[in-house]
Amino acid sequence: MLHEIKSLLIDKFGSEVIQSENPSGLQPWLAIKVDFIEKVCHELHDNPKTFFDFLSCLSGVDNGPQQNTLEVIYNLCSIPHKTQLTLKVIVPRQTEDGSLPSVPSVCSVWGTANWHEREAYDMIGINFINHPDLRRILCPQDWEGYPLRKDYKTQEFYHGIKVEY
Amino acid sequence: MGLLDYKFDQGRVIITRVDDVLNWARLSSIWPIGFGLACCAIEMMATMASGHDLDRFGVFPRPSPRQSDLMLVAGTVTFKMAERVKRLYEQMPEPRYVLSMGSCSNCGGPYWEYGYHVLKGVDRVIPVDVYVPGCPPRPEALIGGILKLQEKIRNESLLNPAALV
Repeated sequence: MLHEIKSLLIDKFGSEVIQSENPSGLQPWLAIKVDFIEKVCHELHDNPKTFFDFLSCLSGVDNGPQQNTLEVIYNLCSIPHKTQLTLKVIVPRQTEDGSLPSVPSVCSVWGTANWHEREAYDMIGINFINHPDLRRILCPQDWEGYPLRKDYKTQEFYHGIKVEY
Repeated sequence: MGLLDYKFDQGRVIITRVDDVLNWARLSSIWPIGFGLACCAIEMMATMASGHDLDRFGVFPRPSPRQSDLMLVAGTVTFKMAERVKRLYEQMPEPRYVLSMGSCSNCGGPYWEYGYHVLKGVDRVIPVDVYVPGCPPRPEALIGGILKLQEKIRNESLLNPAALV
C-alpha cells in the first residue's frame, strides 16, 4: 500500500516530493518535502483511489539539539477504504533569521488540523503557514518559550509569580 | 461555649457574648464558592453530596463570590488559572477564608519539579487559612479541614479584630 501511494505521488509531483521513507514497523511512513505537504494532502484527500477523508492525528515532535530537527507527523485514515497512512515533514530546528520553522497548514484539507496545529505551535514552536487562527491553545497567550522543546527552560516569573518550586 | 446551657424557658432570655453569637452564626454557615479545578473537586463534590453531607455543617456551595465566605481551592492551580483564582478571591466580601485542598494547591503536588504550567502552591497568590493534605484528600479529611476552620472562626473576634490590636 505504501509503495502504491509513493508511486502515485511521484507520478503526480515528481521524484523530489519524497524526502525519505520507512516501509517497515508498525507505522510505515513517508517523509514529504515541506513545500509539497499541502498539495500532497489535497491529492491524497481528493483522489478516489486513496481518499484519506480523516486526519486521525497531527503531532509535533522535537528530535533534540543533536539531530537538530523538528517533525510534524500526520496520521491519515480512509474510512471507506479502511486504510491508514503516516506522513512526516522534517524541518530544521533553527532558521537563519531566528524565526520559527515553518510548515504549510493543512487546515484547508481537514478542519481537524486547526486545533492540532495550534497545539504543535504552542508546545513545539512550529509556524503553520496560512493557518486561519494560529494562537496558543493550552498555555496563556503571553507565555514565553515552547514547553516541549528538548532545550526548554521555564521562565523565572510569570506575571510576578515565581515559576520554579 | 455554653450557648445552649441557658434554657429558654425563663422569659426566653439568654446571656452570652456578642462575639460568641456572631462567631457561632458564621461558623455554622460557611458558604464556599462553588468551583473545582481537578480531581480534588470530585472528592469535594462527594463530600457535599448525600454520603457525607457537608450541609449538616452549614457548608453549602454558592454560585457567586459575592455570597461566599470560603474559597475551597480543590485541585491543580495552573498559571493560567491563578489570576482567575486571585480575582475571585478579591471579589469575595470579608471576612473570607481559604482552604487549600490537596497536594497540588498546597505545594504543586506531583508537578512540583517538571510541571512548568503549575503554580507551586496557591499560597503564592492568595493567603491560605487551612491546608488539607492528600492526593486527593478523602471526604473525611476535607471535613476535618472544615472543622479546623470552624475552630479558627470560633476563636476570632469581629469586634476586636486581631489585625487591629
